Amino acid sequence: MATTTPRVGHKPRTARHASASSGPLVVRPARRASRRKRRSATLTALTVIMLVYTLLPLAWLAINATKTQKGLFDSFGLWLDGDFALFGNIADTFSYNDGIFTRWLLNTVLYVVVGAGGATFLATLAGYGLAKFDFPGKKAVFATVIGAVAVPGTALAVPTFLMFSEMGLTNTPWAIIIPSLVSPFGLYLMWTFATDAVPKEILESARVDGAGEFRTFFRISMPMLAPGIVTVLLFNVVATWNNYFLPLIMLKDPDWYPLTLGLNSWNAQASTVGGEAVFNLVITGSLLTIVPLIVAFLLLQRYWQSGLSAGSVKG
Amino acid sequence: MTRTRRHALLLGAAALSVALTATACSSSGTEDSGSAKPASNADIQAALNAGGEITVWAWDPTLKKVVSDFEAKYPKVKVNLVNAGTNNEQYTALQNAVKAGKGVPDVAMIEYYALSQFSLAKSVTDLSALGADKLKGTFTPGPWSAVHAGTEGIYALPMDSGPMALFYNKEVFDKHKIKVPATWEEYIAAAKKLHKADPKAYLTADTGDAGFTTSMIWQAGGKPYTVDGTQVGVNFDDAGTKKFTTAWQQLISDKLLAPVPAWSDAWYKGLGDGTIASLVTGAWMPAPLASGVKAGAGKWRVAPMPQWNSGEDVTAENGGSSLAVMEASTKKKLAYAFLKYATVDEGAQTRIDAGTFPSTTKQLNSVEFLNKKDPYFGGQRINEVLAKSADDVLVGWSYLPFQVYANSIFNDNVGKAYVSGTTLQEGLKSWQDASIKYGQEQGFTVK
Repeated sequence: MATTTPRVGHKPRTARHASASSGPLVVRPARRASRRKRRSATLTALTVIMLVYTLLPLAWLAINATKTQKGLFDSFGLWLDGDFALFGNIADTFSYNDGIFTRWLLNTVLYVVVGAGGATFLATLAGYGLAKFDFPGKKAVFATVIGAVAVPGTALAVPTFLMFSEMGLTNTPWAIIIPSLVSPFGLYLMWTFATDAVPKEILESARVDGAGEFRTFFRISMPMLAPGIVTVLLFNVVATWNNYFLPLIMLKDPDWYPLTLGLNSWNAQASTVGGEAVFNLVITGSLLTIVPLIVAFLLLQRYWQSGLSAGSVKG
Repeated sequence: MTRTRRHALLLGAAALSVALTATACSSSGTEDSGSAKPASNADIQAALNAGGEITVWAWDPTLKKVVSDFEAKYPKVKVNLVNAGTNNEQYTALQNAVKAGKGVPDVAMIEYYALSQFSLAKSVTDLSALGADKLKGTFTPGPWSAVHAGTEGIYALPMDSGPMALFYNKEVFDKHKIKVPATWEEYIAAAKKLHKADPKAYLTADTGDAGFTTSMIWQAGGKPYTVDGTQVGVNFDDAGTKKFTTAWQQLISDKLLAPVPAWSDAWYKGLGDGTIASLVTGAWMPAPLASGVKAGAGKWRVAPMPQWNSGEDVTAENGGSSLAVMEASTKKKLAYAFLKYATVDEGAQTRIDAGTFPSTTKQLNSVEFLNKKDPYFGGQRINEVLAKSADDVLVGWSYLPFQVYANSIFNDNVGKAYVSGTTLQEGLKSWQDASIKYGQEQGFTVK
């Protein structure tokens, strides 16, 4: 029984796959079978619960972004209100307070492109260097990086503020960009990744062929590091996009706020005398804020996944 | 003089102060350098004519129009109005800037309860020398005593005030035949009656709010805080406090308070759909009601604050804020000129038109103000009730010189009374201990 059952099951499935795609036929049935064996009711139930738990706030956000302020108060939270106000809300979000939302969006993009992009670039350079070159003091660098991973950014925020204030950088975009450039975790990840992903033999042969170190890095190693770079980039993008505490401390001028601070200041209006409660705009703004992150994940996902598995295969 | 110096040293040690050398009657800075004698009106006018740029940190939206009017009147002056965050966020930012010695604004909005924290640290200027000492009588007694922050100095000018009153949903009251409570005893009875008649409805919402609790103790005649220089007392064991806790405990124990945090969307919703039927709060409440609770238009009314003893007229203040000139400012005269414009001169009326409750006697007693019929409140002349409350505020209340911190730990201590078996009185005791401990760490002599 045990040997015949899978065999019976294999045939039509293989055939179905063959018609659906021209992928490698040999591997898939085997993977299917092993996945099937591991299926557990408890695990499925847990996953479903986690899925609902994760998606419920998102669904709430999407549903309530379609409501007017009045509808928000009058209707059930997880179902649509009579009038569909999503487009009106989006228009209002972009036009409220002389369109400052657009400014906040552009600020956030600036911080992410320069900050997270720069951090990824630096982490790649440093991680690669540490992985592939031997030099005195390497252990000390390793200890410093590991130590830096352990220090939460929140704890560094106030000292950083005092230092930046001394340098006259507070209340400027530099106050957000410069600290964002430092990503010890990204460095560590790139280091580990580069150790496995770039074989020493390839580097040696490149050197024998007469390529300089920079050329070797950009032409030969970079493509091999791509999955790792994307992974680190995603981490940095998310961290910078969601960054709240650092801008809160550094910035006082609403013109330089990122979206996180801007939306919070709109939310705080509700508790201010003479201020206007704009919950519908806060909710719509929040929805608009997460859209770019979702897009980034969808676009970069496949690189990211291959990046995660790369280390394990080589190991 | 010795006392102010001691304050400065004390809080300097607490890392709150920068201006150790600056004392009450000598000011530093470029514009004022060398002028130890008080500034006259002519000096202020000269500063306005000379012009310049000042930065104002405030989150109050009504100041926007004040600033543009001010700039139109004095074209040489440029005012950067910056919303650096609402209350706590702004105080933290302000303290950070003072500590760093850079990026300190010229003018900052500071609520009354937080003012002494900044005045004791000498982060804000004593305005007496700039002409504020001549403003006595311009403001109502409550806010005027608040800007003194328990000393002889004048550390800010009042922007608005919050004498308390009872705001209630008349429609809900009428539907369940509830009489507007004149005493707290009647209030508790009304809470029971309403919740029994409609289990979804509550007379009021409270999940533990430091400002509300201290204001209620204030009205009940409690004086938990005594401040005399660096000697600070915290004692929630007095008769006034117990009057409040005994009454309010009934509402907590019988689950008669809507479990909805103030200012949340659920709170606004409750105020609109009648499930939160009343609020005892400051006179600034009409503006948030009109803008945030549109569904309640025409249904709400204002009545005097319930009394502890029938027939009395005693009220307290809740909320309210002031504008202060920072000690680190180099343009104090110009900053003061703006302060005066915004709080006493034309700006006062501008802000009242936008919905703030006045702290100036002139506006408060004007016939136009008192007779104004508010359409949101069904055409009721609500200012008559609110202005009366401003006259009845119990004098002698003081906040702690570290009230911002104390309020930030209120929910860790007193908040327990709302969610567990701890009583309100026990919660206050634990708040008292925590406040005393912090005060001692900051170098105060705390009893």
